[in-house]
Amino acid sequence: MNETIGIIFFGIGILFNFFGCLGLIRFPDVYNRLQAGTKCVTFGMIFILIGVAIYVGFNSLGVKSLVCMIFILITSPTAAHAIAKGAHKANVKLWEKSVIDQYEEDKVD
Amino acid sequence: MRRISLFFTSFVTWYLLTWPYDFKAQIMNWQIFIAGIIVSIIASLLFIKVFTQYPHKIFSPVRIFWAICYVPVLFFSMLTANLDVVYRVIHPRMPIKPGIVKVKTGIQSDSGRTALANSITLTPGTLTVDIMDDGHMYIHWIYVRETDIEGASKKIVQRFEPLLIRIFD
Repeated sequence: MNETIGIIFFGIGILFNFFGCLGLIRFPDVYNRLQAGTKCVTFGMIFILIGVAIYVGFNSLGVKSLVCMIFILITSPTAAHAIAKGAHKANVKLWEKSVIDQYEEDKVD
Repeated sequence: MRRISLFFTSFVTWYLLTWPYDFKAQIMNWQIFIAGIIVSIIASLLFIKVFTQYPHKIFSPVRIFWAICYVPVLFFSMLTANLDVVYRVIHPRMPIKPGIVKVKTGIQSDSGRTALANSITLTPGTLTVDIMDDGHMYIHWIYVRETDIEGASKKIVQRFEPLLIRIFD
Protein backbone atom coordinates (compact mmCIF):
# COMPACT_ATOMS: atom_id res chain seq x y z
CA MET A 1 0.00 0.00 0.00
CA ASN A 2 2.71 2.46 1.03
CA GLU A 3 4.70 1.55 -2.05
CA THR A 4 1.77 2.35 -4.35
CA ILE A 5 1.25 5.77 -2.75
CA GLY A 6 5.00 6.41 -2.97
CA ILE A 7 5.08 5.58 -6.66
CA ILE A 8 2.10 7.88 -7.32
CA PHE A 9 4.02 10.69 -5.59
CA PHE A 10 7.09 9.91 -7.74
CA GLY A 11 4.90 10.19 -10.84
CA ILE A 12 3.49 13.59 -9.87
CA GLY A 13 6.98 14.85 -9.02
CA ILE A 14 8.49 13.68 -12.30
CA LEU A 15 5.59 15.28 -14.21
CA PHE A 16 6.26 18.68 -12.58
CA ASN A 17 10.01 18.30 -13.19
CA PHE A 18 9.29 17.56 -16.85
CA PHE A 19 7.17 20.70 -17.25
CA GLY A 20 9.90 22.69 -15.53
CA CYS A 21 12.45 21.49 -18.07
CA LEU A 22 10.01 22.22 -20.91
CA GLY A 23 9.66 25.75 -19.57
CA LEU A 24 13.44 26.11 -19.51
CA ILE A 25 13.47 25.45 -23.25
CA ARG A 26 10.35 27.39 -24.28
CA PHE A 27 10.57 30.65 -22.32
CA PRO A 28 12.34 33.55 -24.02
CA ASP A 29 14.80 35.08 -21.51
CA VAL A 30 16.85 34.35 -18.39
CA TYR A 31 14.31 35.61 -15.87
CA ASN A 32 11.35 33.69 -17.28
CA ARG A 33 13.46 30.57 -17.51
CA LEU A 34 14.46 30.95 -13.88
CA GLN A 35 10.77 31.12 -12.99
CA ALA A 36 10.06 27.77 -14.62
CA GLY A 37 13.31 26.31 -13.35
CA THR A 38 12.85 27.16 -9.68
CA LYS A 39 9.13 26.70 -9.20
CA CYS A 40 8.39 23.50 -11.03
CA VAL A 41 11.63 21.75 -10.13
CA THR A 42 11.37 22.62 -6.42
CA PHE A 43 7.77 21.43 -6.32
CA GLY A 44 8.63 18.25 -8.20
CA MET A 45 11.55 17.52 -5.88
CA ILE A 46 9.29 17.99 -2.85
CA PHE A 47 6.87 15.44 -4.22
CA ILE A 48 9.66 12.97 -5.02
CA LEU A 49 11.17 13.32 -1.52
CA ILE A 50 7.77 12.90 0.17
CA GLY A 51 7.31 9.85 -2.04
CA VAL A 52 10.63 8.45 -0.81
CA ALA A 53 9.60 9.04 2.80
CA ILE A 54 6.30 7.20 2.26
CA TYR A 55 7.94 4.42 0.23
CA VAL A 56 10.61 3.44 2.77
CA GLY A 57 8.58 4.26 5.89
CA PHE A 58 9.63 6.10 9.03
CA ASN A 59 13.30 5.19 9.36
CA SER A 60 16.72 6.71 8.81
CA LEU A 61 16.30 7.15 5.04
CA GLY A 62 12.78 8.59 5.23
CA VAL A 63 13.70 11.19 7.85
CA LYS A 64 16.75 12.20 5.83
CA SER A 65 14.63 12.79 2.74
CA LEU A 66 12.27 15.03 4.75
CA VAL A 67 15.24 17.03 6.08
CA CYS A 68 16.53 17.38 2.51
CA MET A 69 13.11 18.74 1.54
CA ILE A 70 13.46 21.59 4.05
CA PHE A 71 16.98 22.37 2.81
CA ILE A 72 15.85 22.46 -0.82
CA LEU A 73 12.93 24.72 0.12
CA ILE A 74 15.37 27.20 1.65
CA THR A 75 18.25 27.04 -0.84
CA SER A 76 16.51 26.77 -4.21
CA PRO A 77 14.73 30.19 -4.19
CA THR A 78 17.85 31.81 -2.75
CA ALA A 79 19.92 30.48 -5.65
CA ALA A 80 17.37 31.71 -8.19
CA HIS A 81 17.37 35.12 -6.52
CA ALA A 82 21.17 35.30 -6.70
CA ILE A 83 21.23 34.31 -10.38
CA ALA A 84 18.52 36.86 -11.28
CA LYS A 85 20.35 39.67 -9.49
CA GLY A 86 23.65 38.66 -11.06
CA ALA A 87 22.12 38.57 -14.52
CA HIS A 88 20.63 42.03 -14.04
CA LYS A 89 23.96 43.40 -12.75
CA ALA A 90 25.67 41.99 -15.85
CA ASN A 91 23.18 43.91 -18.03
CA VAL A 92 21.34 40.90 -19.38
CA LYS A 93 18.35 42.48 -21.11
CA LEU A 94 14.77 41.48 -20.50
CA TRP A 95 12.73 40.02 -23.34
CA GLU A 96 11.84 42.71 -25.89
CA LYS A 97 8.10 42.34 -25.21
CA SER A 98 8.54 42.97 -21.47
CA VAL A 99 6.24 45.74 -20.29
CA ILE A 100 8.14 47.35 -17.42
CA ASP A 101 11.51 47.33 -15.67
CA GLN A 102 11.46 49.45 -12.53
CA TYR A 103 14.73 47.96 -11.33
CA GLU A 104 16.53 49.48 -14.32
CA GLU A 105 14.78 52.84 -13.77
CA ASP A 106 15.83 53.00 -10.12
CA LYS A 107 19.42 51.97 -10.71
CA VAL A 108 21.99 54.45 -9.46
CA ASP A 109 25.58 54.26 -10.62
CA MET B 1 21.31 31.37 26.39
CA ARG B 2 22.40 31.76 22.78
CA ARG B 3 24.95 28.99 23.23
CA ILE B 4 22.34 26.63 24.62
CA SER B 5 19.92 27.29 21.76
CA LEU B 6 22.73 26.84 19.23
CA PHE B 7 23.61 23.54 20.94
CA PHE B 8 20.01 22.33 20.68
CA THR B 9 19.66 23.43 17.06
CA SER B 10 22.84 21.65 15.99
CA PHE B 11 22.00 18.56 18.00
CA VAL B 12 18.49 18.28 16.52
CA THR B 13 19.95 18.66 13.03
CA TRP B 14 22.54 15.97 13.80
CA TYR B 15 19.87 13.67 15.20
CA LEU B 16 17.62 14.06 12.16
CA LEU B 17 20.49 13.52 9.73
CA THR B 18 21.90 10.41 11.42
CA TRP B 19 18.71 9.03 13.08
CA PRO B 20 20.42 6.62 15.49
CA TYR B 21 17.22 5.05 16.88
CA ASP B 22 15.92 1.96 15.07
CA PHE B 23 12.16 1.54 15.63
CA LYS B 24 11.93 -2.08 14.50
CA ALA B 25 14.78 -3.39 16.66
CA GLN B 26 14.18 -0.82 19.46
CA ILE B 27 17.91 -0.17 19.66
CA MET B 28 19.56 3.19 20.21
CA ASN B 29 22.98 3.57 18.66
CA TRP B 30 24.67 5.36 21.57
CA GLN B 31 27.97 5.89 19.73
CA ILE B 32 26.34 8.21 17.22
CA PHE B 33 24.27 9.88 19.94
CA ILE B 34 27.28 10.75 22.13
CA ALA B 35 29.37 11.79 19.13
CA GLY B 36 26.53 14.17 18.23
CA ILE B 37 26.57 15.72 21.71
CA ILE B 38 30.34 16.28 21.53
CA VAL B 39 30.22 17.76 18.03
CA SER B 40 27.30 20.03 19.00
CA ILE B 41 29.22 21.34 22.02
CA ILE B 42 32.23 22.12 19.81
CA ALA B 43 29.99 23.81 17.24
CA SER B 44 28.23 25.91 19.89
CA LEU B 45 31.60 27.06 21.20
CA LEU B 46 33.05 27.93 17.79
CA PHE B 47 30.20 29.33 15.72
CA ILE B 48 28.34 31.51 18.21
CA LYS B 49 29.13 34.62 16.14
CA VAL B 50 27.10 33.58 13.09
CA PHE B 51 24.05 32.47 15.09
CA THR B 52 20.89 34.59 15.42
CA GLN B 53 20.88 37.46 17.90
CA TYR B 54 17.39 36.64 19.22
CA PRO B 55 17.35 32.98 20.32
CA HIS B 56 14.13 33.43 22.32
CA LYS B 57 12.26 33.80 19.03
CA ILE B 58 13.08 30.25 17.95
CA PHE B 59 11.49 28.57 20.94
CA SER B 60 8.46 30.81 21.49
CA PRO B 61 5.31 28.62 21.14
CA VAL B 62 3.19 31.35 19.53
CA ARG B 63 5.70 31.78 16.72
CA ILE B 64 5.95 28.02 16.20
CA PHE B 65 2.15 27.83 16.03
CA TRP B 66 2.01 30.53 13.32
CA ALA B 67 4.88 28.82 11.47
CA ILE B 68 2.84 25.62 11.36
CA CYS B 69 -0.17 27.63 10.10
CA TYR B 70 2.11 29.04 7.42
CA VAL B 71 2.92 25.61 5.92
CA PRO B 72 -0.51 24.92 4.30
CA VAL B 73 -0.73 28.52 3.02
CA LEU B 74 2.68 28.15 1.36
CA PHE B 75 1.86 24.70 0.00
CA PHE B 76 -1.43 25.87 -1.53
CA SER B 77 0.19 28.88 -3.19
CA MET B 78 2.98 26.66 -4.52
CA LEU B 79 0.38 24.34 -6.01
CA THR B 80 -1.47 27.18 -7.78
CA ALA B 81 1.88 28.65 -8.84
CA ASN B 82 2.97 25.44 -10.47
CA LEU B 83 -0.33 24.86 -12.26
CA ASP B 84 -0.11 28.47 -13.48
CA VAL B 85 3.44 28.04 -14.82
CA VAL B 86 2.58 24.67 -16.38
CA TYR B 87 -0.39 26.30 -18.14
CA ARG B 88 1.86 29.04 -19.53
CA VAL B 89 4.48 26.49 -20.62
CA ILE B 90 2.16 24.16 -22.53
CA HIS B 91 -0.07 26.89 -24.04
CA PRO B 92 0.87 27.16 -27.75
CA ARG B 93 1.05 30.97 -27.80
CA MET B 94 2.70 31.34 -24.36
CA PRO B 95 0.52 34.01 -22.65
CA ILE B 96 3.31 35.84 -20.81
CA LYS B 97 3.78 39.58 -20.23
CA PRO B 98 6.95 39.81 -18.12
CA GLY B 99 8.40 42.79 -16.29
CA ILE B 100 10.10 43.88 -13.09
CA VAL B 101 7.90 45.74 -10.59
CA LYS B 102 8.64 47.32 -7.23
CA VAL B 103 6.74 46.38 -4.07
CA LYS B 104 6.90 47.53 -0.46
CA THR B 105 6.89 45.33 2.62
CA GLY B 106 6.36 46.26 6.26
CA ILE B 107 8.45 43.42 7.69
CA GLN B 108 11.39 44.76 9.72
CA SER B 109 13.61 41.79 10.56
CA ASP B 110 16.15 40.40 8.10
CA SER B 111 15.10 36.78 8.49
CA GLY B 112 11.47 37.75 7.92
CA ARG B 113 12.39 39.53 4.70
CA THR B 114 14.40 36.51 3.58
CA ALA B 115 11.43 34.23 4.22
CA LEU B 116 9.14 36.63 2.35
CA ALA B 117 11.51 36.78 -0.63
CA ASN B 118 11.77 32.99 -0.75
CA SER B 119 7.99 32.58 -0.49
CA ILE B 120 7.48 35.10 -3.28
CA THR B 121 9.92 33.20 -5.47
CA LEU B 122 8.00 29.97 -4.88
CA THR B 123 4.56 31.41 -5.67
CA PRO B 124 2.59 32.43 -8.77
CA GLY B 125 4.73 33.87 -11.50
CA THR B 126 6.93 36.00 -9.27
CA LEU B 127 10.69 35.98 -8.65
CA THR B 128 12.49 38.28 -6.22
CA VAL B 129 15.39 40.08 -7.90
CA ASP B 130 16.62 42.44 -5.17
CA ILE B 131 15.77 43.71 -1.69
CA MET B 132 16.58 47.23 -0.54
CA ASP B 133 17.31 48.29 3.02
CA ASP B 134 14.16 50.44 3.26
CA GLY B 135 11.83 47.50 2.62
CA HIS B 136 11.38 47.82 -1.13
CA MET B 137 11.68 44.68 -3.20
CA TYR B 138 12.07 44.25 -6.95
CA ILE B 139 9.98 41.40 -8.29
CA HIS B 140 10.12 39.83 -11.73
CA TRP B 141 6.52 39.05 -12.66
CA ILE B 142 5.69 36.67 -15.46
CA TYR B 143 2.33 38.35 -16.18
CA VAL B 144 2.28 41.97 -15.01
CA ARG B 145 -1.18 43.02 -13.81
CA GLU B 146 -0.34 46.12 -11.75
CA THR B 147 2.57 48.47 -12.34
CA ASP B 148 2.32 50.87 -9.39
CA ILE B 149 3.79 50.05 -5.98
CA GLU B 150 0.53 49.84 -4.00
CA GLY B 151 -1.34 47.65 -6.45
CA ALA B 152 1.57 45.26 -6.94
CA SER B 153 2.19 45.03 -3.19
CA LYS B 154 -1.46 44.21 -2.67
CA LYS B 155 -1.37 41.44 -5.25
CA ILE B 156 2.02 39.88 -4.36
CA VAL B 157 2.98 40.59 -0.77
CA GLN B 158 -0.25 40.67 1.20
CA ARG B 159 -0.94 36.97 1.05
CA PHE B 160 2.08 36.22 3.27
CA GLU B 161 2.78 39.43 5.13
CA PRO B 162 0.41 39.12 8.15
CA LEU B 163 1.56 35.59 8.94
CA LEU B 164 5.25 36.37 8.47
CA ILE B 165 5.02 39.44 10.73
CA ARG B 166 3.55 37.19 13.44
CA ILE B 167 6.34 34.64 12.95
CA PHE B 168 9.44 36.79 12.63
CA ASP B 169 8.91 40.33 13.96
